[in-house]
Amino acid sequence: MKTRARAGARLTGSLSFRLGVALALVLAIGGVAVSLAAYAYGRSAAQQSYDRLLVGAANQIAGSLGLRDGEVIVDIPVSAFELLSLAPRDRVVYAVFDDRGRLVTGYDTVALPEGDGRFFSGSFAGEPARYVHVRRQIAERSFLGAVDVVVGQTTEARRELTQQITRNALLAVAVVGLVISGLAVLAVNSALRPLHRIERDFALRSSRDLTPVDVEVPQEIASLVAALNRFIGRIDRQLRVMRTLIADASHQLRTPIAALRAQAELAREATDAEDQLRIVEKIHERSRNLSRLTDQLLNHAMIIHRADSVDLAPVDLRVVASDAVDQFDQTLSGSERVVRIDLPEAPMVCDGDALSLVEACKNLINNAVAYGKPPITVFVRDDGAALNIGVRDRGDGMAEGLWADAGKRFAKRSGVSSTSAGLGLSIVSAVAQAHGGRMTIRRPADDRFEVFLELPKVREAEP
Amino acid sequence: MKRIALVIAMLLAGAAAAQPVPEALKSYGPADAGRRLLVRGTTDIARFETVLQLFASRPGGLGIDYEQWGSNDLFEVTLTDCKRGGQAADMVISSAVDLQVKLANDGCARAHRSTGTASLPQVANWRDEVFGITRELAVIVYNRRLIDDAEVPRSRFDLIDLLRPEDSRLRGRVATYDIEASGLGYLFAFADAQQATTFGSLIEAFGRSGAVATCCSSEIIDGVADGTYLIAYNVLGSYALARAEENPDIAAVAPDDYTLVLSRAALIPRQAAEPELAGAFLDFMLSETGRSALESAHLIVRTDDRAPAALRLPETPETSFRPIALTPSLLVGLDQHKRRDFVALWRSTFPNETGGTEARPK
Repeated sequence: MKTRARAGARLTGSLSFRLGVALALVLAIGGVAVSLAAYAYGRSAAQQSYDRLLVGAANQIAGSLGLRDGEVIVDIPVSAFELLSLAPRDRVVYAVFDDRGRLVTGYDTVALPEGDGRFFSGSFAGEPARYVHVRRQIAERSFLGAVDVVVGQTTEARRELTQQITRNALLAVAVVGLVISGLAVLAVNSALRPLHRIERDFALRSSRDLTPVDVEVPQEIASLVAALNRFIGRIDRQLRVMRTLIADASHQLRTPIAALRAQAELAREATDAEDQLRIVEKIHERSRNLSRLTDQLLNHAMIIHRADSVDLAPVDLRVVASDAVDQFDQTLSGSERVVRIDLPEAPMVCDGDALSLVEACKNLINNAVAYGKPPITVFVRDDGAALNIGVRDRGDGMAEGLWADAGKRFAKRSGVSSTSAGLGLSIVSAVAQAHGGRMTIRRPADDRFEVFLELPKVREAEP
Repeated sequence: MKRIALVIAMLLAGAAAAQPVPEALKSYGPADAGRRLLVRGTTDIARFETVLQLFASRPGGLGIDYEQWGSNDLFEVTLTDCKRGGQAADMVISSAVDLQVKLANDGCARAHRSTGTASLPQVANWRDEVFGITRELAVIVYNRRLIDDAEVPRSRFDLIDLLRPEDSRLRGRVATYDIEASGLGYLFAFADAQQATTFGSLIEAFGRSGAVATCCSSEIIDGVADGTYLIAYNVLGSYALARAEENPDIAAVAPDDYTLVLSRAALIPRQAAEPELAGAFLDFMLSETGRSALESAHLIVRTDDRAPAALRLPETPETSFRPIALTPSLLVGLDQHKRRDFVALWRSTFPNETGGTEARPK
């Protein structure tokens, strides 16, 4: 099931893989940085600690200097060398020079450094060594001057300590890296678990189940689920429209078509030319009604479909009204009744689908022409709370008891004729709902009847 | 040209002969052996023979030349070889471990690493270059015939007390090493000076009672055996115990206050011609077989239940034994000023170069 699901989608790499790569990168860069830092730190730490031993030993030797008959006497304390022995494998070299730079005691291989720098590097017995230079001023009657003590030591212990510090740091980095990786795996798994729940939910659904997904998901995925649910809802509505259309068509079209067939058979058998003409006249009228019925059915389906699939855009209702009147005039040529238009000066803009609105408007005009009394007026107005677009006539209109059900399909209404399937107001109502408004029927005076759409205003468009 | 070169070489050899020479030498293994190992040591041939024979008898047709040297001469010749960069011995074994450490410190030794050297305690292995191969005690030797049990000094304090009376019969009959003649004597005396203030009182007592400073373990023990000396101080236990096997009159005491423990140090010179062979010899000495051979020669002294009968152990051995560790601290005693002062102090007690009772007439 998983592979099938993957086969359908475009794969852009696994999340775990991406996370792994990012983590590895971070750890690698961090590891290298920490290693370098650890090495630098280890080096300076080792250098400092062993330099202290070195200078301690040199100071002890300098402290042991004495004078006998004007000559410098050195009484090296054993503790000075024990201090140096704390670097257990390192060779030791030392020398003491008097004020004239002559070697007093120690190794003659040691050269007295020129400068006054305390520490310097050199070599001893073929190994790199670190030296310290300590000068002691002696001011006695028999000796006045400086005595220089130089103590050196090979650098094995320093190198070892540096390596040890670096190694330990690297070990710590490795452990931390492993722990972070482990936590990351856990985190990814737990983060992806809701997705698996959604997958399971879909896998377990029957093919006809189009109810919204109801799975516990974290905030980050909630919007995805909401989008998914909206999508499912849209499919559900469209399927329902389709089913309705099929049901309506089969219900509404069967009878007129059967009647047409019967008439046509009659016409074939009729011998009298006048009879035949009368029957053809009937066939013509019925087929016209059938065509209008088909129109309405398809319109209704289209409007409901559009409500889901077309984005609303600012529409001036005055344009909608004049378009509807224009199209009505075209469709019903030869009508002796005049449709008037009552439009305000200011633009009446609302968010809407112009095509649906025009269709709704045309339906209202049709109804008024069919059942109302002239003069018929298409009006657009602003009643304060909402924008209204609708049709007014001077007829009695429909009985008030039917108003509540007027928006439903095939509502039984007085005066239903063979020319209408009773879908007109249901289309209007559907358009109004798709725009977030509603259809309103009103009788402002005894000889006036209004049907109009109340549409919400666009707030930003208000002056 | 060749002849001239030969003459020059002979002249050089003659000049070299004026340099220090070995006290004795002996070869082991077949005379025509393909590989020969030159070992120089301060150990008496008689003491060391078993070990050398055992190693030479191993299959492979190996010859060993052993040269017995005085400790200071051995240091001189090894240092000269090292500085000159020419031919050197394959192994140098000396009881003057401070000089051995100095050789290693000055870069004259070659490192050798094996399971044997790794198992050595830290005090007996410096830089994998100087190795302590024996375990010998610095003891007080006396003649059982001449000193009865009650009188035997158990510690340095006892010895000082024995020397104190004006009419002590120990007057002029106590011997110890001459530290100028014996590298080992200097090492022990310097270690004593580090260990305790007793050393000052002891040397003062030696001075008052006209003690004798002389060279060499065998001479001192001979003196004890024939009654010239009643007591010998700071004698290397290995020689005394070996002599005690032949002469039951000889007995030794490991002092209660502290007993110095010496590990004779072996090193492979940097210019050794046969360093692998020398390493093998070292590993052999550290092996089970080598150690038991050293033990039978009293070069490794047991201080447990199987200690030699002639050796009286301290009452609390674990706190009394003071191993002389192979560390650079030993270099302090070799410092020119330090040595000069220490010898001067010693000389003030033992003024005569050869030592002897006549130096302090009554």
